[in-house]
Amino acid sequence: MSILKAPLTSLRPERETPARDDAVALDLRGVQKTYDTPGRPQVEAIRRLDFSIRKGELVCVVGPSGAGKTTLLRSIAGLLELTSGEVVLDGATVTGPPQGMAVVFQEYGRSLFPWMTVRQNVELPLKEKGLGKVERRAKALTALEEVGLTEAADQHPWQLSGGMQQRVAIARAIAYEPTVLLMDEPFAAVDAQTRAELEDLVRSLWKRLGVTVLFVTHDIDEAVYLGERVIVLSNRPTVLMEDVRVDLPAKRDQLTTRSDARFGELRGHVYALIQRAKRGDRPDAPLPGGGA
Amino acid sequence: MSIVALARRAAIALGLPIVLLAAWWVASADSTSPFWPPLQKIIQTFPTTWTWDRFVGDVVPSLTRLAIGYALAVIVGIVLGTAIGLMPRLRALSEPVLEFFRAIPPPVMVPIIALFAGYTGSLGKVLTIALGCLWPILLNTVEGVRGLEPTLTDTARSYRLSTWRRLTFVVLPGASPRIFAGARQALSIGVILMVISELFGANRGLGAAIVQFQRSFAIPQMWTGIIVLGLIGVVLAALFRAVENRMLAWYQGQRQIERGE
Amino acid sequence: MSSSPATLAPAATRGTPRARRGRRRPDAWLGVLGVAIVLVGAETLSRTGIVNPAFLPPVSEMYAKLFQLLGEADFWQSLWLTVRGWAVGLGAAMALGILAGFVIGSLPWLRAVTRSTIEFLRPIPSVALIPLVVLMYGTKPASAFLLVLYAAFWQVLVQVLYGVADVDPVARDTARSYRFGPLRVARSVIYPTALPYIMTAFRLAAAVALILEITAELVIGVPGLGRDIGVAQSSGAVAETYALVIVVGLIGVAVNLLARVVERKALWWHPSVRSEAA
Repeated sequence: MSILKAPLTSLRPERETPARDDAVALDLRGVQKTYDTPGRPQVEAIRRLDFSIRKGELVCVVGPSGAGKTTLLRSIAGLLELTSGEVVLDGATVTGPPQGMAVVFQEYGRSLFPWMTVRQNVELPLKEKGLGKVERRAKALTALEEVGLTEAADQHPWQLSGGMQQRVAIARAIAYEPTVLLMDEPFAAVDAQTRAELEDLVRSLWKRLGVTVLFVTHDIDEAVYLGERVIVLSNRPTVLMEDVRVDLPAKRDQLTTRSDARFGELRGHVYALIQRAKRGDRPDAPLPGGGA
Repeated sequence: MSIVALARRAAIALGLPIVLLAAWWVASADSTSPFWPPLQKIIQTFPTTWTWDRFVGDVVPSLTRLAIGYALAVIVGIVLGTAIGLMPRLRALSEPVLEFFRAIPPPVMVPIIALFAGYTGSLGKVLTIALGCLWPILLNTVEGVRGLEPTLTDTARSYRLSTWRRLTFVVLPGASPRIFAGARQALSIGVILMVISELFGANRGLGAAIVQFQRSFAIPQMWTGIIVLGLIGVVLAALFRAVENRMLAWYQGQRQIERGE
Repeated sequence: MSSSPATLAPAATRGTPRARRGRRRPDAWLGVLGVAIVLVGAETLSRTGIVNPAFLPPVSEMYAKLFQLLGEADFWQSLWLTVRGWAVGLGAAMALGILAGFVIGSLPWLRAVTRSTIEFLRPIPSVALIPLVVLMYGTKPASAFLLVLYAAFWQVLVQVLYGVADVDPVARDTARSYRFGPLRVARSVIYPTALPYIMTAFRLAAAVALILEITAELVIGVPGLGRDIGVAQSSGAVAETYALVIVVGLIGVAVNLLARVVERKALWWHPSVRSEAA
């Protein structure tokens, strides 16, 4: 269960190192991942990915199923050792789960500790941060209030519905006050109505707290609705298909945004990209991060 | 309504035991068989047999040895089991060896422990109990730790929980249902070994007393001993369940919801 | 330590059966290494005198003794008696336990009435009956049989009761609406549901039965390997004591393996991999 040590620097592919930009929260440089477990066939999951996310941005990552989305997220979270390349968070290379990052996993039912109450779940990472009891409690309650779960604080997660459980996971993440929040298909397992509610919750929390969010999903509508940018991945071995800028108004809501003509265009564009990716159509070389 | 319901439940719970006891009473009333004395006689013998002195001299030492041996097994089993469960290499290395030691019926360790620790004192007996109880706890802990939900482990890592906190807040609670399953098996093995260990070497204790009664053909007294032993088994099982219900309330609640009850 | 290959890989390639099997080979070698370490370690401890060889003879001596035993008819006779005692007791406990479990489990009123009695009788340690069986049967195999039966019966009964309680009420109602007789209901509805529980019962009861069989031999003197161990120890034949303990341990391993094979064979179709419900 140790923190992984990644021998990263030596293998970095040649590329002009960008000036360390203070506005960049997360920077992926030549990220490559090949699974090479003895006794198993070698699997090249990610061939090469370069992109960066500015502070306070909300970026969605979509790709066809099996595009290595989860691999990418786990690499960024420092849960997986890269084969080469590096992930830079706030100017420091990620070699293990970094300080300023929180992850919301898809399997909400399994990422909450069932033997703890909702509040204890939210407080545990704060305890690790060394916060005092009073402060911990206050922060946990504030976070639960943000997601609208004040009443459920003393219940156990398994007593709540799926959507509420995922709110708990989100509360735990924001109470941790990360600079970057990673979300791995967080709403894939909840029903459609709850999903819409949770999407709006993420948008409003993002705006209110100014946190940087990287949101992985397989749902094209969700990606376009939530993101400022949508990063489209190719099929495996993964490279960048396109980095799509979402020029929708900052204020979004389920009804007007989704019926906006521009939303439809963007949606169609991303949809076409995914279809191409599914057919195995992929850019020869990875595109430099940022441009569309 | 509630009183009626309560009475009904009491009748259901107590009905059969009362009928069985009555049947025993009646069937054995005129018994002249030396092995099956009348229940009445057994009950009459009870107070004179299980005096305070005997309680202090025989029951307390037996239970103390059981408690110490069991506690040792729980501590060693959980510590070793957690270590093995967390380290796949260590597990692969130790698995066949553990499988072998687990498969040895614990009573046959008595002669071997007797070689090392002697068997006239308490040490050999405590070791017998500890060694017998160890395997179910150890192996269940390994399985429990190994079967930990990977997403929980990832969560713990991504929030940078320290090793100690990960152990106490994540690994051990996560493995606790299995640990309890092992501890429950170990408890019944422990009681068996408590009795058996007293059948070797000169000594006092509950098991020794019962066998003493049998050898001196004090049959009603022997029967009271069997009953006391049975009661101890029942009380220990009830205690265990009380602890388990408290510690695993979250698990039982979760299971109930999963099964849609 | 690094747990990365074992715990992280499934996220990438959702563990195909073949991939999982491929990983077992290095594990198996490590296991062999582990056994070798223990054997060599014990041998060294004894040879160097760190542990008094009178208490722990060199492993090589134990095995020499073991091979010598393999040539003796008495040893095979004892082995046969032990295995027979185990099998007969276990068989009887399975038969009685399954029958009683089906009957009690299928009749709700009977289940309710017997619940407290079962909960009370189950934790009574079987060894409490040792003095009684000694009086009744002395060192005859019947003594061991009763102890094995008593200990294993409760394991089976409780598991079967869990199993019968697990039967889908809709399936039961369906069977009833088609006016199935009780025997057909038992065979086509209750039995398949209870089968995994019966297999678990077999695994648990097989281990308990062996413990009680050996205990009866060792403590009471019922003929078998257990008694031989007692005799060897009291006559100071230390190497032979160890050799016999190794044999008994190997029988235990064989019993566990057998139980697991039976469980897997009978349940290859079953979706759930059940963990101990006891």
